[in-house]
Amino acid sequence: MARRSSLGRRLLRQRMAVVGMAVLALMLVGAAFAPLIAPYDPEAMDIIHRLSPPAAAHWFGTDDFGRDEFSRVLFGARLSMITGTLVVVFATVAGTVLGLLSSTLRWLDDLLMRFSDALMAFPDILLAIALMAALGPSLLDVVLALGTVYTPRVARLVRGAALVLQRTQFVEAAAALGAGELRIVCAHLLPNTFAVLIVQATFTFAAAVLTEAALSFLGAGIPPPTPSWGNMIAEGQQYLDRADWLIMAPGLAILLTVLALQLVGDGLRDALDPRLRGLT
Amino acid sequence: MNAVARIALRRGGGMLVVMFFVASVVFAIIHIIPGDPAGVMLGPSATAADVAALRARLGLNAPLPMQYVRFLGDAVRLDLGQSLFLNQSVGAALLSRAPVTLQLTLMAAGLATVLGVPIGVLSALRRGGWLDQAVTVLAMAAASLPSFWIGLTLIEYLSVKFRLFPVAGYGPPGAGLLVHLHSLVLPAIAVGLPNMALILRLTRTAMLDVLNEDYVRTARAKGLPPATVVIKHAFRNARTAVLTVVGVTVIGLIGGAIVTETVFGLPGVGNLIVASVLNRDYPVIEGALLVISGIYVLINLATDLLYLVLDPRLRD
Repeated sequence: MARRSSLGRRLLRQRMAVVGMAVLALMLVGAAFAPLIAPYDPEAMDIIHRLSPPAAAHWFGTDDFGRDEFSRVLFGARLSMITGTLVVVFATVAGTVLGLLSSTLRWLDDLLMRFSDALMAFPDILLAIALMAALGPSLLDVVLALGTVYTPRVARLVRGAALVLQRTQFVEAAAALGAGELRIVCAHLLPNTFAVLIVQATFTFAAAVLTEAALSFLGAGIPPPTPSWGNMIAEGQQYLDRADWLIMAPGLAILLTVLALQLVGDGLRDALDPRLRGLT
Repeated sequence: MNAVARIALRRGGGMLVVMFFVASVVFAIIHIIPGDPAGVMLGPSATAADVAALRARLGLNAPLPMQYVRFLGDAVRLDLGQSLFLNQSVGAALLSRAPVTLQLTLMAAGLATVLGVPIGVLSALRRGGWLDQAVTVLAMAAASLPSFWIGLTLIEYLSVKFRLFPVAGYGPPGAGLLVHLHSLVLPAIAVGLPNMALILRLTRTAMLDVLNEDYVRTARAKGLPPATVVIKHAFRNARTAVLTVVGVTVIGLIGGAIVTETVFGLPGVGNLIVASVLNRDYPVIEGALLVISGIYVLINLATDLLYLVLDPRLRD
């Protein structure tokens, strides 16, 4: 417990990381309570007031169907947060299991690592879009596709960290005392990769938000009318000359979220630095 | 055989192994399609006869291992098959769109490197100063922006409001060099900006590491001009790190180009891929996956070998 609280204090000492956490907290609250906060139903049309600029009645204006842009950005945040969280869980769990297996079972190592090399030879968006073409357009498919894209990175990181740990004295001591491989993995390797994992999780979250936006923008992610920042920008694209708020609002939401995640990730990395040294 | 040739041979062999796995991944992606791929490709309105014909054409009636072997054989012979919708072979379709994507990627890479490396070096030299802090925050913001959104914002302000650039559309080389380059400037900025941020940040880190070394302090102490120390002593040793970054960025650049081409209506590989995904033209998707990852693996091999040129210590 002592270690964790000092990590928190070290993190709070970094101004930019605190700003990032505040923005992220705001996003999470907005996403969680979107149905309560949103002044309108994000899918309710109001053709008379279509494409009206930002004003008191519609903070971020309305889109081509007269839907309230602010409510749509809020529900878009909900979608981004859910996608990001599920992708992080998927990639972290799968990546940790594969990384630990790879670091422990030599015969599996080569196979898994060449496989991850292969997956990392595609640009994120290309692999994601190809998987989406095979899977189908739903939130679950987006999570599966992005999870597959980001798992190899976690696996490599965990494998690297575990290989370093296996050569440390406390692990060698445990082995000398007769601890089995499973016990070494669960009791010694896994808890000590936590620092690497949490930093990577923040960056995976950021990458997942960006790639989901790109997928939905291209029409290969979350299909309309469900608001996602990416498909909102795609719809706003046609009204670039008349209604710039339609790309500005979701675009700035992406910028704020991803920037906040990067600031927190950097802050975490610096706060954890002594324990990350040599592991990444 | 000398050391460099031996290393080159080993890396080349490793590259072939990775490409084998890449081809297997591509094969797997097409076969995770739930149900009958031929039915999915043709859509719900297709007749049973059409679906059967396509199954036969794509060889989907053979047992899976047979299909796998045939797929690998075709890939080795660079035979990527026929597009379902374009009335063109996949190879020809990719090749005819490659020049636009290649130019866009090169222009974006040039922009990202030309701006990212010097600003990163400068930022490292002024560590902790206002310039460094401003650059760090701006770079992080640039890395947080989707390239398609940067593209749309550039169009909105520079093309729609101030009419400095064409709104969209591509000036083919035939329309004159100026028109042609003009139509690629905004896309190159959109793709280059997030990657510039990445190059900048990693250059800064590499330079900071080197600037702390004893020999840099010695060079300064013996009174060499600061520019000589930075260029001849520090940057020379940060070069390999910078090379790594530029190599890594290539994949981000290609990804950015895929998304951004559709924003600007550029007839490149990215546009082809997006259209193929929406049309479920799987042979084209497969071909694009193979070719793009192949290019990436080749570039990685090239950077690996370039290390040996830049850093003689790696030759043993």
